[in-house]
Amino acid sequence: MTPRARQTLMLVAGAGLLAFFVWGAVGLPDFGHYRGPYGLVINHVAGSERQVTNAVASLVFDYRGYDTLGEELILFVSVVGVATLLRETRGEELPAGRDDATEVPDTSDALRVFGVVVVGVTLLIGLYIVAHGNLTPGGGFQGGVILGSAVLLVYLTGELVMVRWVEPGTLLEILHSAGAAGLVLLGLGGLIAGGAFFHNFLYTGTEGGINSGGIIELGNATVGLEVMGATILMASELLEQLLVVRRGSPA
Amino acid sequence: MSVYPYIVAGWIMVVGFFGIARSRNLVHLILCVSVVQSATYVLLLAIGFRDHATAPIFQGVAPTARAVDPVVQSLTLTDVVVEATVVALLLALAVDAVKRFGTLDPQDLRALKG
Repeated sequence: MTPRARQTLMLVAGAGLLAFFVWGAVGLPDFGHYRGPYGLVINHVAGSERQVTNAVASLVFDYRGYDTLGEELILFVSVVGVATLLRETRGEELPAGRDDATEVPDTSDALRVFGVVVVGVTLLIGLYIVAHGNLTPGGGFQGGVILGSAVLLVYLTGELVMVRWVEPGTLLEILHSAGAAGLVLLGLGGLIAGGAFFHNFLYTGTEGGINSGGIIELGNATVGLEVMGATILMASELLEQLLVVRRGSPA
Repeated sequence: MSVYPYIVAGWIMVVGFFGIARSRNLVHLILCVSVVQSATYVLLLAIGFRDHATAPIFQGVAPTARAVDPVVQSLTLTDVVVEATVVALLLALAVDAVKRFGTLDPQDLRALKG
């Protein structure tokens, strides 16, 4: 099929799909008049039952902990997938010696100074976001990405030097797996202590306190660990490919 | 028009599909896949919205305050994470494709495979 024919076909099909979509959307409740009772109930009980002020966090790590477990395992498996795919090709093309990974970085001093300042601030923000996931917007997923990007900033400012200590990856893999295992253990803890998977079996603290929420706060911490490990692992695997390509073709 | 935000979601989805169909670069194609998926964020959040309501964060707000639906928001969070993993896996596959076929153009890939 020529590109032009495919484009025409896609225009027709897309218009048809959109027409059906609009037809279906007209039957939805009017915008701003959502009627589902589940969310309303959660909004009312999250504060009194779990002492948290972030209703979304109470759903993610407590009331609907199952979903998050599945989601986290998807993340875990896909990181393993990325590593498997990329390491296979890397092994074929890369000789064992890795000395050239310590090439003199060609980043400017200004960028490096900026990096040193920003890395600390970013780490602090990441920890803050993870720790306050039960109270304010944020939590393990968002904070984990920020923590991961703080480490990647080191790479950006230091260029190749960084690859050396991230590349063995064992520490990262342990971090990543510990995060995933932690959430499973939290769920199992509920099963042992309260007879239901993801039963909130810990002291839920006082409302609005940093220690409130019981397993919600711990869940945030484990997910933060895993997401941080996953972000760095994925990015460093892809960056490693960049090095392979650069080395393969002397440009 | 009270269904307008839903139609925006549909529009984003169709635009993404169109981008996938006419893509000549695998990285561009992967970004189009993520555009399609971002339509689901708009749809989910639009469905859970309530008029004159705050975010479901009750920091300094009474628990009885009118707030939007938190269930769809946690679903959106799941959605975002899944999208990130899908994009990462597809990018890894794209790297693989370049190594095997030396091109990022999906059309050339097909010719080389057959």
